[in-house]
Amino acid sequence: MSDHVLVDRLQFTLTVTFHYLFPILTMGLALFIAYLKTVAYRARDTERGERYDAAAQFWAKIFAVNFAVGVVTGIPLEFQFGTNWASFSNFAGGVIGQTLAMEGVFAFFAESVFLGIFLAGRNRVSARMHWISALFVFAGSWLSGFFIIATNAWMQHPVGYDVANGRAELNSLGKLLTNDWLPWQYAHNMSGAAITGAFVLAAMGAFFLLSDRHHEFARICVRVGVVGALIFCALQVFPTGDRQAKNVFEHQPAAFAAMEGVFPTSKGAPLVIIGNPSTEKRRLESTIALPRFLSFMTSRNWTSQVRGLNDIPTDRWPSSVPLVYYAYHIMVGLGTILLLVAALAAFLLWRGRLYTSRAMLWTLMIAFPFTYIANIAGWATAETGRQPWLVYDVMRTAAGASPASSVPAGTGIFTLLGFAGLYLFVGILYLMLLVRIIARGPEDLAPPTTSTAAAASAA
Amino acid sequence: MTTAWFCFLAAMITVYVVLDGFDLGVGALHLLVARDEEEREAATAAIGPVWNGNEVWLIASGGVLFLAFPKAYAAAFSGLYFGLIIVLWLLVGRGLALELRHQIANPLWRSACDAVFALSSGTLALVFGVALGNVVRGVPLGPDGYFHLTFFQSLNWYALLIGVFGLVALCAHGAGFLALRGGGGLAARARGWAPRLTLAEALLFAALIGPTVVVRKAMVTNLVDHPWRLVFPVLTVGALAAAIVGQRRGDWGRAFAGSALFLVGLLTTMAAGLYPYLLPAHQHRPYGLTVDSAASGHHALTTALVWWPVGMVLAAAYFTFAYRMFFRTATVRSTSAAMDQPPSA
Repeated sequence: MSDHVLVDRLQFTLTVTFHYLFPILTMGLALFIAYLKTVAYRARDTERGERYDAAAQFWAKIFAVNFAVGVVTGIPLEFQFGTNWASFSNFAGGVIGQTLAMEGVFAFFAESVFLGIFLAGRNRVSARMHWISALFVFAGSWLSGFFIIATNAWMQHPVGYDVANGRAELNSLGKLLTNDWLPWQYAHNMSGAAITGAFVLAAMGAFFLLSDRHHEFARICVRVGVVGALIFCALQVFPTGDRQAKNVFEHQPAAFAAMEGVFPTSKGAPLVIIGNPSTEKRRLESTIALPRFLSFMTSRNWTSQVRGLNDIPTDRWPSSVPLVYYAYHIMVGLGTILLLVAALAAFLLWRGRLYTSRAMLWTLMIAFPFTYIANIAGWATAETGRQPWLVYDVMRTAAGASPASSVPAGTGIFTLLGFAGLYLFVGILYLMLLVRIIARGPEDLAPPTTSTAAAASAA
Repeated sequence: MTTAWFCFLAAMITVYVVLDGFDLGVGALHLLVARDEEEREAATAAIGPVWNGNEVWLIASGGVLFLAFPKAYAAAFSGLYFGLIIVLWLLVGRGLALELRHQIANPLWRSACDAVFALSSGTLALVFGVALGNVVRGVPLGPDGYFHLTFFQSLNWYALLIGVFGLVALCAHGAGFLALRGGGGLAARARGWAPRLTLAEALLFAALIGPTVVVRKAMVTNLVDHPWRLVFPVLTVGALAAAIVGQRRGDWGRAFAGSALFLVGLLTTMAAGLYPYLLPAHQHRPYGLTVDSAASGHHALTTALVWWPVGMVLAAAYFTFAYRMFFRTATVRSTSAAMDQPPSA
């Protein structure tokens, strides 16, 4: 692979990974803010309603900062298709332009306008309108996720198009939006975002309980967070994770073999828990495995055949098999641990001992970063598993980059470093602002915290 | 069909320039117009709730360009690589400066945010102008449908002139917005700036007609050959006159509407003068991208014609609702004054 393609890949990896850290929480929090607002609205004019409303208001402050960073780091992605992946844009714009333009038209307008109302309008619109705008922000952010996943699903499993004049041309929008790949990838992804939202909620609550501050608020956060974490961790494994793995098994055999570390094709394939893939020796080393489990999980049959990498030409292997393998195992391993943590916390909540169990609160407080790692590792699996294809089985990644004459490797390195520096600064700023918001806590009634909110009080 | 999508794209870019134009103008000007922290607060608060929505028009325009004319999208963005990446960095800086300025009540922090906001807004207005200037001038497209302009090649004399014009025009638009929406001393000073900026804008506009004919004669012949297209330049001149008259009479609402229509006129004139080209090549080169040669497949365009208008109607409804809500009150008072009062229900 030539240098400029590698640089383009690295730049997109950096910008998309950094960006996605924020939408994970945006989508996850949007769900829980909508829930808190719904409880608050239904119990309005009671003490309970007020507590939930105050909790929603605190999370809205964090949401505002998170959303702002998500927006500004998201804009580069849409334009990078053109700057760094011009050949791909030219080839695929006629198909995925549909879903990307739909995201702008249907999701972003609603999301941006109603977020403006939600953040600014607490004292300007009725309680009902404020609640509705929270629901719109939730719907907008999840709809935005849908269109992005629909775009990615086409790259993973292209449908509804013909190739004519060297370009992909749409022949059915219906097929594009009902791609087999889409529903389970979407469900799996959104459930992953909800897990982060839930664990962040629980961690904040645990932090305040352990620091002996804001008890009322902290209990709402822990309760809602733990119950949400249990529900979505369970959904993450089954059915969404299970069905998504089947999609990969059926449509991307090379990616599936790399994820599971399967080299020789076998009947009754084992499920590898631990092991190191060696692409030179074409086998997995130092393994601990559950015999026959992989065959059972893919086809509900203990002796069915699983195709291994050794039966797939190497030019169709993912560019880095170990990367796919480790990313996948990190995701699955963390997902399992998080499910256990959520289940244990939910058990203690049920027994009424959670708020006083310091060990469990500590665990909840430090668990949330691992949800981010699991989400990112999942995407790393999907995207590196798709290699060497940009559009699976249709266009190779190397063929999709901008011509080297327009964007040579040196130019790409310059802007890659520029993005790295800018994003380092943005990341530090983000953490600093979040620490301030958390230090002030939910009972702070100091001046509003966003320009949007400032405008509200100005009128 | 391709012509319809050309019109939609032009319309969306026009809406973007009119809406985000005043945000950018306010940004570029506010250090000059607003004298103290309170006024700067009022200036940024005036655009606070709407700037993000306004910027979505840029994203949505990019989406429609990608959807309908992927070849032009690919060629323009890779060919103007550095310019585009700089725009992205500036958009990151501007968005964060605006959204995060209120997070910390420290004068140094706010001054730093204001400086970033002003510099990035002004530079963006300039760079957008430079980009449009290069489109009008034509780019060195090759037979493969791509081109490469180094950053300094993209800063040619014509594009720079258009860039300066863009900066002045958006500053005038922003000053008009503050004259209408600002309060107290802020509005008074904006009312002093607006006529001067509008005059500069009018002079530059007149001065740029000649150079435009030199770099792209077709801009004029295209309009004259299809006389109905002369509506657009007539609108431009008429709107400019209306803006000046509005300012003279102290009718700032009408002056701002005139300024908005002037921008509409400029962009539609440009679109009408370029058509059927989306991305023309340098004069006398044959590889320019037209609405037909850059378009997506027929099915993609007809399908999108079904859902796109629905989305636009929804967007228009959201925007009308939000603007009515935020701009219902007569003027925006300074924030600190408002904070001493209990929030109104």
